[in-house]
Amino acid sequence: MIELEGITKSYRMGTTEMPVLHGIDLSIAAGDMVAIMGPSGSGKSTLMNILGCLDTPTGGRYRLDGTDVSQLTKRQLARVRGSQIGFVFQSFNLIPRTDAIRNVELPLVYSGIRRRHRRARSALEQVGLGERLRHMPSELSGGQKQRVAIARALINEPSILLADEPTGALDTRSSVEIMELLVDLNNAGATIVVITHEEEIAEFAKRIVRLRDGVIGSDEPVRERASLSA
Amino acid sequence: MPGDVPAGRRRHVIELDGVGKVYRTGGRVEVPALHDIDLTIADGEMVAVVGDSGSGTSTLLNVLSCLDLPSRGRYRLDGTDVGRLSERRLRRLRGRTVGFVFQSFDLIPDVTVRRNVELPMIYTRTRKRRAKARRALERVGLAEHEADMPVELFEAQRRKVLIARALINDPSVLLDDEPTGELDADSAAEVMELFSQLNGAGRTIVYATHSEETAGYAQRIVELRDGRVVADRRTGRRRPPPTLRAV
Repeated sequence: MIELEGITKSYRMGTTEMPVLHGIDLSIAAGDMVAIMGPSGSGKSTLMNILGCLDTPTGGRYRLDGTDVSQLTKRQLARVRGSQIGFVFQSFNLIPRTDAIRNVELPLVYSGIRRRHRRARSALEQVGLGERLRHMPSELSGGQKQRVAIARALINEPSILLADEPTGALDTRSSVEIMELLVDLNNAGATIVVITHEEEIAEFAKRIVRLRDGVIGSDEPVRERASLSA
Repeated sequence: MPGDVPAGRRRHVIELDGVGKVYRTGGRVEVPALHDIDLTIADGEMVAVVGDSGSGTSTLLNVLSCLDLPSRGRYRLDGTDVGRLSERRLRRLRGRTVGFVFQSFDLIPDVTVRRNVELPMIYTRTRKRRAKARRALERVGLAEHEADMPVELFEAQRRKVLIARALINDPSVLLDDEPTGELDADSAAEVMELFSQLNGAGRTIVYATHSEETAGYAQRIVELRDGRVVADRRTGRRRPPPTLRAV
């Protein structure tokens, strides 16, 4: 599904180049659930941006579902993102004063797809919010807002779900609920990558990749998964 | 209260007359947030609202943006008493008159700059919303970044995209709660220069800030304490000449 080979990324600060990723090799198979961990400054956000085709690598090769996406134009990348990747972020990014169903429909509006309502409703049902279709973001709890965001990420049936600190703004109980939802989606076949700095959150994944100073420090399966012990 | 009247005989786009705002918590306890505010802002003014946290600055901006209605007193926006409008007419008046930079509505990282700007009009025809988004990006000087992703922008540019989003319907009043809150000094100056340009082109701007530096860009500073206006003074700064009428 995902194959990174020797991925590097540097940012230009004035005249100097700031290297952030120093050659990342990483494969993620369809159906896997991987947590990417690392302290701030380790390069995990940069890696997330590259995995999500939000940013392009400086060097190396990134194959997503068989296609080399490291050399695509902006327009082509936008198409890959829209059709293959679903995003979930820490801050939910819901549109204020717009109900749950309309928030979920958003990617379909961009793709010019009609009959959005039915698909949005079914996505909300999938995340357990079938009763809250017409609620405004301000009427939902943090955990519910994140469920809406997950439904929005799922609506285009992406091949991979990228969650960047999905529980960063949630209390412990909602965090567990959200991670259990992601595990359920993974059990149903979704490929999921979670970026987190919390060990307890990472342990919901099947595998933990740890970054340190722009390289992969370790890549190991999780022996006792959090959700399976619950 | 300011001694001198703003230049010319400009009309008042914002008029608060004895406005109070009370929040109810738990159904019974009333928490007063604004007391008896009299405030008029003329078309084309740039006003900073300052005060410690809890002084009511955010509440005042919420009232000005019509997200919150006053509990007491009268608020006339563009000559219309907002308390007398139906929800639908209020929404229309707000949509036409006020652009608000929301604190809780950051850029969506996985869509382009232009699509982020389009969000308030997402249910309008594609061609129309695209044209308006481009125009709004031109106003903030980011036209060539429309296809960029938010992650590719500098902090000041990201902030300007939020401002472009608030400007998409070409409102006469721009409201911003903490325009420079999370920015370093250079980025803050860049954003405030943009405010000056937009103001020079005739737009009314009201913003809340904790920073003296940021407040200094306004022609007038209104200070709140415990929900009351305790000072309202002119800074001596003049409205920039309208060299950038196109903005």
